[in-house]
Amino acid sequence: MSQVSLTVNGRQVSGAVEDRTLLVHFLREHLGLTGTHVGCDTSQCGACVVHVDGKAVKSCTMLAAQASGSTVVTIEGLADGADLHPVQAAFKEHHGLQCGFCTPGMIMSATDMIRRHPEGLDEATVRAELEGNICRCTGYHNIVKAILAASKAMSKAPKGKAKKAA
Amino acid sequence: MGIEGVGARVARKEDRRFITGAGRYVDDMVVPGMKHAAFVRSPHAHAQIKKIDVSRAKAMPGVIGVLTGKELKADGIGNLICGWMIHSKDGSPMKMGAWSPLAVDKVRYVGDAVVIVVADTKGQARDAAEAVDITYKELKAVSDASRAMDKGAPQIHPEAENNLIFDWDIGNADETAAAFKKAAHVVKLDIVNNRLVPNAMEPRAALGHYDRAEDHYTCWTTSQNPHVARLVMSAFYNVAPENKLRVIAPDVGGGFGSKIYIYPEEIVCLWASKKTGVPVKWVADRTESFLTDAHGRDHHTHAEMAFDKDHRILGFKVETIANLGAYMSLFSSATPTYLYATLLSGQYDIPAIHGTVKAVYTNTAPVDAYRGAGRPEAAFLVERMMEVSARQFGMSPADLRRKNFITAFPHQTPVIMCYDAGDFGTSLDMAMKAADYAGFEKRREKAKKAGKLRGIGFSCYIEACGIAPSAAVGSLGAGVGLWESAEVRVNAVGTIEVLTGSHSHGQGHETTFAQLVADRLKVPMDSISIVHGDTDKVQMGMGTYGSRSGAVGMSAIVKALDKVEAKAKKIAAHLMEADEGDIVIENGALKVAGTDKNVPWFQMALAAYTAHNLPAGMEPGLKETAFYDPANFTFPAGCYVCEVEIEPETGMTEIVQFVAADDFGNIINPMIVEGQVHGGVTQGIGQALLEGANYDASGQLLTASYMDYTMPRASDVPSYKLSTSSTPSPSNPLGIKGCGEAGAIGSPPAVINAITDAIGTEDITMPATPNKVWAAIRAAKH
Repeated sequence: MSQVSLTVNGRQVSGAVEDRTLLVHFLREHLGLTGTHVGCDTSQCGACVVHVDGKAVKSCTMLAAQASGSTVVTIEGLADGADLHPVQAAFKEHHGLQCGFCTPGMIMSATDMIRRHPEGLDEATVRAELEGNICRCTGYHNIVKAILAASKAMSKAPKGKAKKAA
Repeated sequence: MGIEGVGARVARKEDRRFITGAGRYVDDMVVPGMKHAAFVRSPHAHAQIKKIDVSRAKAMPGVIGVLTGKELKADGIGNLICGWMIHSKDGSPMKMGAWSPLAVDKVRYVGDAVVIVVADTKGQARDAAEAVDITYKELKAVSDASRAMDKGAPQIHPEAENNLIFDWDIGNADETAAAFKKAAHVVKLDIVNNRLVPNAMEPRAALGHYDRAEDHYTCWTTSQNPHVARLVMSAFYNVAPENKLRVIAPDVGGGFGSKIYIYPEEIVCLWASKKTGVPVKWVADRTESFLTDAHGRDHHTHAEMAFDKDHRILGFKVETIANLGAYMSLFSSATPTYLYATLLSGQYDIPAIHGTVKAVYTNTAPVDAYRGAGRPEAAFLVERMMEVSARQFGMSPADLRRKNFITAFPHQTPVIMCYDAGDFGTSLDMAMKAADYAGFEKRREKAKKAGKLRGIGFSCYIEACGIAPSAAVGSLGAGVGLWESAEVRVNAVGTIEVLTGSHSHGQGHETTFAQLVADRLKVPMDSISIVHGDTDKVQMGMGTYGSRSGAVGMSAIVKALDKVEAKAKKIAAHLMEADEGDIVIENGALKVAGTDKNVPWFQMALAAYTAHNLPAGMEPGLKETAFYDPANFTFPAGCYVCEVEIEPETGMTEIVQFVAADDFGNIINPMIVEGQVHGGVTQGIGQALLEGANYDASGQLLTASYMDYTMPRASDVPSYKLSTSSTPSPSNPLGIKGCGEAGAIGSPPAVINAITDAIGTEDITMPATPNKVWAAIRAAKH
């Protein structure tokens, strides 16, 4: 057993887990944060993406023990209270989701992508950067649109403060 | 059209829970005392089970139960069935072999479930599953449908001699033979429609909970049709009578057909819950999904088309072998017959058609309906045939199609279908314009200068949605009716709940269904809730597949709304002492037309429930139910144009342009319709370029993970150019045709027609991987 202690969505959490426990299972089964999904066994689909110390990470590829001491943000922690994060708002506005299963991972990846490209994004870059996230419903068309729109909205927003969602 | 009404691009009501991580899928469900299941599955494609020893597994930490097929059978649990009876040409019924939810004597494909292990944690269940000792005697296997009937091929089920399930035909053989005798040109084509894995992003899952005190079962399952699941589990699998079985399909992460069927796992989890006394949850991992979700397509076809000297089609002759896998899944027999061969006329006026379909068993996963289900196979065949023919005749592919289009409706085809509305020429015009077809040769020249091969391909598809009417499908062998139900409940405060037998797993029903109600009753969308997916809430329904929720499901809501509106108007007229015929509904109120007299909607609703002042003899309350059975199928159709650029040195294909011009009849929410087309086209491009379920000769699935099976990624597809035209369907009150499958049906032939145009080769088998394309370029050069 491993003792883990980390910050998840601003809250200090700790627990004893089997050594083999993956971060995604710790989040889902120990913390009840079921917004992070498991869609494959091989770290391809990206439904499990969360932010670990500010970077997008596939939480099925990291042991909970490895995340001990880290700060984790999941899809449940992205919105500012009732106000959606601009990426969440853009996914809704541009119909960037259908069944919703890949959506949390898509949004967490997109948020990180936008952060890494403060100069702005173009369609080819967004498509290339989405390599690690699979969606079976949307054909990516509206996901790409949503990410480009969010990138634009966030670059216009005052620094450090996300634009409030419509 | 209002901002929330029919035709408006309303953002989805359901989105908030999905974008904030608050969706509730089966794997998110936690029931007190719940334990976890793992299945022991066959590693062999075909083998006898000699011995099952569970003693080691039972002694493992955390293990609660290890159960076998023998125990399941002893408890009277029934075999899985196929619910659509097909008769062969000779009149004999299809030869269905037994499918036990847990294999007893024999396994027939890799992944066949043999033992269930229930333990405290998922990890413990898996560890113990590995400790179950099963002794197999391996048998020879066959995975290729075209070899399944060979002499010496292994016999998979004793019921089906030579692995032949049925040898069925449609149309008229004599008339077709006569048409070929008159032909000036005959074009022949051999086509394989590649086998696919549906790959909904949410893996299948089941949570079975037996309540001993109530002798009652609850099943949470990833289902597109929970009511059918309850019906079948009750009527055929002896799990429990319907009143003792509640089936809930909560948020479901995509289906594409693969979640229509009742699989062994949900049955076994329910049974295991009773056996072990604990709620039992099973969630597939991705490799289990690849191995055991019903696959799609897998047709081998030889076709010949006869033309007169003016290139008008005289006849079409089709021989198909369809792979149904190791067992007959729930609707597997309907897919390569009534959903496939009935569309062999395509958009064309073909006087004589004859199609034969031989369905065979192989040692592979069961095959059933996958997005489009039979119709993509028909469209691919017809549209490849048209393109190949045009090239042989030296004609423009657009001209050959236009020359043969059906232009008058209704049109009775020689293969059952009666097309009731359409305008194929308009779709072709729109697509050619949007694709700048006239400028293509210039683009081809430019690409050539850059060292690339550029090609363009058409696909003028037609499909049939909203399978109906029930009496007709019943006469063709369906074991169920294909109507839909709706209940509209107006609460005492005027808010509205719509209970529907349709099931949303990505289609956005919570929005489009509410738009319909808001448009009709002139109340805000926020005051309307759509309830679905729970057999305790919705009495009965047939679920969502075959693009039926608009045409059939929403039509049922219209019928219930008719009754609600009539009663509401009666109440309002009574309250205002006005004539019922003078009442109109406007802006949240019932008004006397031409006056300022009105009763707010909520006040009318309250009056219905206080019942202090109702018309004489009227029952209190305001709740109406309707069951709607359509008069005919609907026939969405359209034209897709794909343009590709190929890098000759690598065989890499880039889709540089994809245009879709669809006729879906009337549209409730264009944003949602576009999303359906985007997704469908991408799945079709996946089939054409990337995807293929490959079994080796011994029946091992070589493509059982996302590392081996190529799913379309964002960088594999372009942004799409979409447009729609409308010839409303005359078969339902909304004029809707359905849009869920069109993209997956229409796109593969457009892509392959474009690639073969670029390379200058007649055919290339799907998926047209860089390796195949590169080889085809080399072959075309030499």
